Amino acid sequence: MIRDITLGQYYPGNSWIHKLDPRIKIIATLLYIVALFVVREFTGFIVAFVALEAVIIISGVPRKFIWKGLKPVILIIAFTLIINIFMIKGEVLWQLGFLQITREGLRTAAFMGIRLVLLIIGSSLLTLTTRPIGLTDGIEALLSPFRKIGLPAHELAMMMTIALRFIPTLLEETDKIIKAQQARGADFESGNIIRRAKALVPILVPLFISAFRIAQDLAMAMEARCYGGNVKRTRMNEIKMGSRDLAASLLFAAFLAMIILQRVLL
Amino acid sequence: MEFIKAENLTFEYHKTDDAGQEMSTRAVNNISFSIEKGSFTAIIGQNGSGKSTLAKNMNALLIPTAGKIYVDGIDTSEIDRIWDVRQKVAMVFQNPDNQIVSAIVEDDVAFGPENTGVDPAEIRQRVDAALSWVEMFDYRKKAPHLLSGGQKQRIAIAGAVAMEPDCIVFDEPTAMLDPAGRAEVMNIIRKLNARGITAILITHFMEEAAQADYVLVMDDGKIKMEGSPLEIFRRTDELKDLSLDVPAPVALADKLREEGIDLPEDILTTDRLVEELIK
Ligand SMILES: Nc1ncnc2c1ncn2[C@@H]1O[C@H](COP(=O)(O)OP(=O)(O)O)[C@@H](O)[C@H]1O
Ligand SMILES: [Mg+2]
Repeated sequence: MIRDITLGQYYPGNSWIHKLDPRIKIIATLLYIVALFVVREFTGFIVAFVALEAVIIISGVPRKFIWKGLKPVILIIAFTLIINIFMIKGEVLWQLGFLQITREGLRTAAFMGIRLVLLIIGSSLLTLTTRPIGLTDGIEALLSPFRKIGLPAHELAMMMTIALRFIPTLLEETDKIIKAQQARGADFESGNIIRRAKALVPILVPLFISAFRIAQDLAMAMEARCYGGNVKRTRMNEIKMGSRDLAASLLFAAFLAMIILQRVLL
Repeated sequence: MEFIKAENLTFEYHKTDDAGQEMSTRAVNNISFSIEKGSFTAIIGQNGSGKSTLAKNMNALLIPTAGKIYVDGIDTSEIDRIWDVRQKVAMVFQNPDNQIVSAIVEDDVAFGPENTGVDPAEIRQRVDAALSWVEMFDYRKKAPHLLSGGQKQRIAIAGAVAMEPDCIVFDEPTAMLDPAGRAEVMNIIRKLNARGITAILITHFMEEAAQADYVLVMDDGKIKMEGSPLEIFRRTDELKDLSLDVPAPVALADKLREEGIDLPEDILTTDRLVEELIK
C-alpha cells in the first residue's frame, strides 16, 4: 500500500558508485538531467542510456529497486504520453472522430516518455547509491558558500535528514489513521470531490497532531544527545575527494561532451 | 561515591491557559536524594507523579526552578557546563520511533559523538562497539523504520552508549514494547550496569523495578518511599495507597504465606520463588 513508496530509498552497497563523493554525484545528477533536455535526437538518448546502464551495472543495485522507483510515476508518464499522442498536429496516421494520431505526435510522445524514464531512473540512482547522511552532507557542503548571504545550509541539511528519516514513519502513521477511521465507518471512496476532500479532514488532523508530537519528542532527544547546531560537529564519514572522484568526473565530462557533440553535429 | 545529588530540587512548568491565565504546575516539589556511582536505581510512581520531569532535570534538559541538582559535582544550572552534563548523563526515551534521527542505523548511533566533536575514526570505533553491545551490529546498514520496537529501542540505547556516558537515564524504555522486546531491553540495561554505567530506570513494571539495587517511589512531585526493592515491596499497603502494585512473585509469595507455606521474606523474582517452592 502506501508504505511501498520508495522515496529517497538507499540500497546499501560497497560499489565504486557508492563510494563516490556525494557532491560529485549530486552535481553529476543535475547535469545529467540538464543533458536529457539538451538532447534533440534519439541518438542522444542512446548515449544517455548506455551511460545509465553502465552506472546501474557498476552500482550493483538490483533492477527490482530501480523499477520500484519508477512505479509511482507510471501514471504520470502514461498521461503525458496520451496527451502528446493525441494533441500534436501533423501528418495524420489514424483518425476516429475528433481523435487523431499523427506521426509527429507519436515521435514527441516517444521522446517525452524516454526522457522521463531516463530522468527518473537517473535521479533515483543518486538516492539508491548515496546514504541519506551523505546526501545531506553533500548538499550542505554545496550550499555552504551561500551561508555568507544568510542561507542556513546546515539547518536545511538537518531538516532533510530528518525528513528522509520520518517520511516512512509518517506514511505508516497515515496508514494506521486511515484504517482506524475506516473501522469507524469513514468512507473515502465515494461521493464528489468536495465530499472526498471533506473525508480527508479526519485523516489530516490526527496526522498533524502526531507530527507535532514527533517533532517535540525528537527535539528533546536531539538535545539530550548534545545537538546544538553546527558549532563543533564532526562526521563519522567525512566527505573527501579522491582519485576515484577525479576519474569519475573525467568520465562524466566525456559523457557531457558526447551529448553536446551529437546536439551540434546532428 | 554519589554521582547525582539533588538538594531541595523543585521544578515548575509555566504556561498560559486558554483564558490567558498564567498557570504553574509544580511537577517536582522540593526533593533531595542522591544516586551512587555505578548503582542501578529504579523510579516508580503513577502517571503525572513527576518522574519524567525529574529525569530531564538530571541532564540539564530542564533546569531546576528552585534548589540544585549536581551531576558528578557539576551544578546543572551553570549554562556553560550543559554539554558536559549531557555527555555524562545520556537518556533513552519511551517512544523508540521519536528518538532516532537518521535513516540508517549506524548513522543514528554516530549522531551523539558527532555532536560533541569526536574524531571520525574514533566515532567509527565507538559506533561499531556500541552496536555490538546491543547485539545489533548486523543491522548497522538497515533503515530504522524496518526494525521491531525492541530493536529500535536497542538502537536508541546504542546511541546513548556511543556517547560514553557515566550514567544512562531510561524513561519508561519498555512501555511500548512486547514482552520479548522488554526482556531484551532489560537484559541490556543490566549488562550496562554490570559494566559500571550508573543506570536509572523509570518504569511502570514492578518486576523491572525489582531488579534494581535501589527504588525511589514518587507521588505528586515528592519522593514518598525509598529503599532496596526488598524493603519497598514489603510495604504492600503503602504502595496500594499510591495506586502501585507489588511484583507478581511478591504478591504470590504473600498469598502462599497466608496459606501457611513457609517462605523466606526476601523473595522478589519468579526464579527465586520457584527455587524456594521446589526445595
Ligand atoms: N511540558 C509540560 N508543560 C506543562 N506541564 C507539564 C509538562 N510536562 C509535564 N507536565 C505536568 O507535570 C506533571 C508531571 O509530569 P511528568 O513529569 O511527565 O510525570 P510522569 O513522567 O511521572 O508521568 C504532570 O502534572 C504533567 O501534567
Ligand atoms: Mg513520564
